[in-house]
Amino acid sequence: MEKKTPLYDFHVDSGAKMTPFAGYLMPIQYTDIIEEHMAVRTKVGIFDVSHMGEVLISGSDALGNINDLFTNDFTSMSDGRVRYSPMCNPDGGVIDDLLIYRLSRDEYLVVVNASNREKDVAWMQSHLFGQVKLQDISDAVAQIALQGPRARTVLAKLTRADSIPEKYYTFKTDCAVAGINCLVSQTGYTGEHGYELYCAAADAPTLWKALLEAGKDEGLLPCGLGARDTLRLEAAMPLYGHEMDDTVSPLETGLDFGVKLQKNDFIGKDALLARGEPRITRVGLKVTGRGIVREHCPVFINDEKIGDTTSGTFLPYLNGAYAMALIDKSHSALGTVVSAEVRGRRVDAEIVALPFYKKA
Amino acid sequence: MDTPKNLKYAKTHEWVEFLDDSSARIGLTDYAQKKLGKLVFVNLPLVGDELSLGQPLGDVESVKAVSDVISPLEGNVAEINEALLDAPGLINDDPYGAWLVKADDITNNDDLLSAEEYDAFCESEE
Repeated sequence: MEKKTPLYDFHVDSGAKMTPFAGYLMPIQYTDIIEEHMAVRTKVGIFDVSHMGEVLISGSDALGNINDLFTNDFTSMSDGRVRYSPMCNPDGGVIDDLLIYRLSRDEYLVVVNASNREKDVAWMQSHLFGQVKLQDISDAVAQIALQGPRARTVLAKLTRADSIPEKYYTFKTDCAVAGINCLVSQTGYTGEHGYELYCAAADAPTLWKALLEAGKDEGLLPCGLGARDTLRLEAAMPLYGHEMDDTVSPLETGLDFGVKLQKNDFIGKDALLARGEPRITRVGLKVTGRGIVREHCPVFINDEKIGDTTSGTFLPYLNGAYAMALIDKSHSALGTVVSAEVRGRRVDAEIVALPFYKKA
Repeated sequence: MDTPKNLKYAKTHEWVEFLDDSSARIGLTDYAQKKLGKLVFVNLPLVGDELSLGQPLGDVESVKAVSDVISPLEGNVAEINEALLDAPGLINDDPYGAWLVKADDITNNDDLLSAEEYDAFCESEE
C-alpha cells in the first residue's frame, strides 16, 4: 500500500493523474506535462516533493562522518550553505546523490532520493563513528519546490525579504512563509531559478494553498513528476537509477565537481583512484532522425555499440527529442554522429554539449 | 466530445470509417488521445504494408510514453496521412478528423463496436 504525502487530497481534488512512485502515490501531471514544463521555464510552478527523504546528522563528530560518507568536502562549508554530493560504496559506485545543508558545525540536514531513503539510512547508520546521531525525519517533513523566473515574486508576497536566500545553494531557517515555519533554500531540480521549502508535514496544505493563491497572477501552475523529469533532463541534471547507480562511478557520469579525491579518506576513494581515468562518460544526444529516443536504447557508431541511453524523451522548451547516454569516452567528441536503436529501428543522433538548456 | 455514430470502434481505441466494401480509414479515438496526452511523434507504416488484425500498424508517442496503434482490420495500407508526421498534435485537436492510414483490400472485423457500445466500454475502463 502506497503512502500519501500531506498534499494528496489537493492533488486528487484538482484532477491530477496519480501514480505510485518510490512508495508514494504522487501526481504525475495535473493538466499536461508540456504546459506544466513551459510554466516553469517561462513563469512559475510548484511541485509537491514531500516524498524526498530528510535525514539529520548531528553531534561533535558530524563533520567527520559526512566527510567519510560523502565524496564532496564539507570542511570549509559555512552555516546556511548547501552542497551537492554523491555517496559512494567501497567499489566507487554511487549509492545515492544528495544535498547537504549545514545548519551548524555540528548539525547537517541531508536530503536523499525517495527511492533510496531506506537503503541510504541503513548504509549511513552502519558507518557512523564517534559522537554522532542520525535521525530520519522524512515522515515529519514536507517539501514544496517553487521554480521558475517568477518564483521570487511569488515568495516575496508571502515572506519578508530577509527570509529569501539571495544566492544559489544557500538557505535560511525559521522563515515565516504565509505564517508557516519553513526552511527555504535557493535550490531545485529544474535548471530554473527557484526555491525549495521544507515545513512540518501538517503545515504543508496551508503553505500549498498560499503559494497557489500568491501565484495566481503570475501564471503559477501545480506541476507533477512528469514535468519534473522533463525539466531536469532538459537541464541535463543526472537522476539516480538512470545516469548513475551502484555500478557507475560519479566520475564516469560527470560529477567530478562533487568528488574531492584530494581530501582525506572517504568511502570509495581507494576504488575511484584504482579505477583511474574513466573509460565511459555521460553525453548529450540530439535526435536528428525521426523518433523519440528513451532510456535503455543501445547507441552505435555504424555497427559498433558504444553505450546505452540513460534518459530521453521529447523536451518541450527545446521542442525536440534529446537523450543522455553513458558511452565509451573515446567516441564522445561533440558533433559525433551516432544512432540509437529504438524498438528494432535505428534513429540518428548527434553528440551535443550538456546541458541542453541553460537559463539566461 | 461526442463519439461519431457513423464510425466503428476497436477495444484498443482505434476508430474505423468504412468508405466502401473494400476500403476504410483508421484513426485514434478521443478517449485514446486524452489518455495519451499531447502527442509529439507519430510513426506510420509505409504505403503497401500489410495490416494484420490485432498487430501494431505504427505507434504514437507523448512525452511520457510510446503506445502502439493496433490494426482493427486486415488489409493493405493504401495511403498514410503525411500531415501527421510533422504535426502529431492534429490527433489531439481533431481525433475523428485526423485519420492515420487509409486501408484497402480490407476484411471486415465483426468484433468492432458501435459508438454506444464503445462509450459503454470506455466507461467500464475507468
